[in-house]
Amino acid sequence: MAAMVLSRREFLKISVTAAGGVMFGLHGPWLRAGDHAGQLNAFVTIDPDGTTVIGVSQPEMGQGMYSTMSMLVAEELDADWDRVSVRQLPLLLKRDEEGSLAWALVPQGAGGSTSVNDLYIPLREFGARARQQLVLAAASTWEVAVGELVTEPGVVLHPGSGRRAAYGELAAMAAELPPSVEAADLKTPDAFRLIGKEFGPKATREVVTGRATYGIDVRRPGMRYSVIARCPFFGGTVLEFDDTEARKVPGVVAVVEVPGPPADAYYTTMAPGVAVVATSTWAAMKGREALEIRWDPGPFRDETTASLDAACQAALDRGNGQVVRDVGDFDTAIARAARTITRRYRLPYVHHATLEPQNCFAHVREDGCEVIGPMQMPATASRLVAQLTGLDRLAIDVQMTRLGGGFGRRLTADYVAEAVLVSKAIGEPVLVQWTREDDMAHDFLRPGGWHELTAGLDEAGRIVAWRHRVASPSKYYRRPDEEHWQSEIYTDDPPVGLVDNVRYEYFDMTSGAWRGSWRAPAHTANAFTVQSFLDELAQETGRDPLALRLEVLGEPRTLPYSNHGGPEWNPGRLARVLTVAADAAGWGRKLPEGEGLGIAGHFTFGGYAAWVAHVTVAPEGSFRVKRLVGAIDCGLAVNPNGVRDQMEGGACDGLSTALLQELTVEGGRHKETNFHEYKMMRIAAAPPQIDVHIVQSADHPSGAGEPPLPPVAPAVTNAIFAATGKRVRRLPIGDQVKR
Amino acid sequence: MELEINGRRYEYEGDPAQPLLWVLRDEIGLTGTKFGCGIGQCGACTVHVDGVARRSCMTPVRKVAGRSVITIEGLNIDGDHPVQRAWIDEDVSQCGYCQSGQIMAVASLLKRHPSPTDAQIDELHTNLCRCGTYYRIRKAIHRAARYARKES
Repeated sequence: MAAMVLSRREFLKISVTAAGGVMFGLHGPWLRAGDHAGQLNAFVTIDPDGTTVIGVSQPEMGQGMYSTMSMLVAEELDADWDRVSVRQLPLLLKRDEEGSLAWALVPQGAGGSTSVNDLYIPLREFGARARQQLVLAAASTWEVAVGELVTEPGVVLHPGSGRRAAYGELAAMAAELPPSVEAADLKTPDAFRLIGKEFGPKATREVVTGRATYGIDVRRPGMRYSVIARCPFFGGTVLEFDDTEARKVPGVVAVVEVPGPPADAYYTTMAPGVAVVATSTWAAMKGREALEIRWDPGPFRDETTASLDAACQAALDRGNGQVVRDVGDFDTAIARAARTITRRYRLPYVHHATLEPQNCFAHVREDGCEVIGPMQMPATASRLVAQLTGLDRLAIDVQMTRLGGGFGRRLTADYVAEAVLVSKAIGEPVLVQWTREDDMAHDFLRPGGWHELTAGLDEAGRIVAWRHRVASPSKYYRRPDEEHWQSEIYTDDPPVGLVDNVRYEYFDMTSGAWRGSWRAPAHTANAFTVQSFLDELAQETGRDPLALRLEVLGEPRTLPYSNHGGPEWNPGRLARVLTVAADAAGWGRKLPEGEGLGIAGHFTFGGYAAWVAHVTVAPEGSFRVKRLVGAIDCGLAVNPNGVRDQMEGGACDGLSTALLQELTVEGGRHKETNFHEYKMMRIAAAPPQIDVHIVQSADHPSGAGEPPLPPVAPAVTNAIFAATGKRVRRLPIGDQVKR
Repeated sequence: MELEINGRRYEYEGDPAQPLLWVLRDEIGLTGTKFGCGIGQCGACTVHVDGVARRSCMTPVRKVAGRSVITIEGLNIDGDHPVQRAWIDEDVSQCGYCQSGQIMAVASLLKRHPSPTDAQIDELHTNLCRCGTYYRIRKAIHRAARYARKES
């Protein structure tokens, strides 16, 4: 067994919980008022010295929750931002009066760019109520009316007498006072000190010193490490296995079979497999190498990327898919059109490839269970754990670490299920760790497919008919309650409402690949195809690509939007971000040979974003995006630095995906095994300049995590066209521009 | 074998083929060094061995016997190294998972190239960032170079 023996020359204590392994507290204290002297509510604790700890209910996966969410509380608390530190809250559930499970505080999770939108008011209310308690404490101490008191960051003031008290002095008393029966007023925007302002982000020092804790860093006393050999084939199974040699590997303590998911139901585990449990990750990996397993490759063993491509194209060739949206009279309009233009585009399967491979800690006991890991949806995990253990939901303690990337991968809790099953089997705490090869072989891919767009134009070149056909497997394939097309086509997406006759058709393609939500799900495919097609229409009718877009969008007005991100959208706001980005990029100027500007914009989950890409193409066809200029309208930008961060990161994520990323299917399994095969962009291909413009707005804030991404790919391919005359209709771009 | 990690010495009796990464993470408890790919592609596991950046996932522990290993925890525990300060001031990190490796790689790069050009950064800095923080990484590298020059 690998063992660390301390040198006697040093007196450094080491245990599995020392140094980097941060111990997680149980969540009880956050629910028990008065447990901590200065705890004003679940979100606010103030120490006598003024140190203010703000709880963050949402998981942090790079979208800036630690800063943005804590700031909403701090704003209304009138906290001294420099004294604020943050703490991740666990999943907090309760039973309501009827005995139903409910959120104890606020909805918790990260997906669909919803956190700022949903919690903008609730978190401020928690802050305001804490402030109210502090004011009450001061009023009672000084025997003055509450209305005579004001607050400034970290202090309560009585202007009449000049008295003042720091929050730290008042907090213990404030926590003991009965809560005010009066609702706490929220600030009007003119009184904001933090919202909409530039302020220092939280919890960055722990990242740069290596102290930030991710799922992979969880250490618990007596914890085992496990890796699992999973069946790599879509729908495949374990025929038989021999663990004789694996059990001989030093450090290996157990070998456990892990069942696969039930057919046609929500996922538990992702694939069946054999778990090796050991005293270290390395021992578990060595043990797994020694396993002998025979797989049944299952029903999709012949599936390849080429076979799916061919099937999608054949479906489009046959025509007449499932009509999922029909506005006006497409058939008549297209028959009468002066001109008809049809183009096809191709989207690949894309992998999440979070840099932190999947992992989860679980400790299943008779009377409860502790689960700690990187999760976007802790309540989904909790539900799954209850299903697997039979435990009451409130006996399951779900704690979120930081996520080393989410991008939708960690909306599912299959890796949580694995940890729970292994812990249950061995009766000990365990961290199930995926290797990169495991992660690459098993992912819920962004569906790939082929899109066919048709436009009918009148004599003046105006679009009078529009048909969008999508031939793609669905990410809803294991959801019996939902229609397959619903995940691939958002039926209120433009040009519905902009063009009189619009038809959306879906062709439900069969694939064995695991599919799921990937940052901005179907918007990534639909923004690429629609924004490419608009560019082609502009070219075919001799118009400027921006001018055509503005003509289609028309005047600012409100249109209904029943899909996620609604209930309405405004084409004027999309026109605005396009115009802002275009103006800032110098749209329309003459560029040297081999350079081009491309533009694209999209409405995603409540936010509007546009990019102008500036590419330079060398004579042999190698190219670089030298600059991206973006504009975003996400309503009131609560945390402008965070919004810029998401735009810049979304630009690079979108570009990396457009340039390089495709998960290839071969023999009913994933072909790429690691980052030498599944290529992602490095700094050398990243744009050296990214300019972001945030449209000033007083509208209710919407999220900024996803909107930046969808328009990136078409802006780049449109720029390549402007520079070279070469139209890229298939992603990834790869070497298609090479001569 | 004897290991020297962040200035502290350890006696190691385990598998000499075990990658340094796992010895650091599982046996010593230094979890700031991250596992990303295991084949030296992503750089999340970057540490310094005798002052030079190495990808610890590809470095069998026997190869560092008797040599000085510095991890992110040993660079500067308070985060006051010029690269760490630049990373904080540019607010580089999103999910942050790759950033300890990025920082260790840049700290090593700046020793050889105190004022790197953009072209040198493109050529020499190859760590993956899945969140795509490259724009701020580039700015932070230049800022770190300024801080380091000021200090020296």
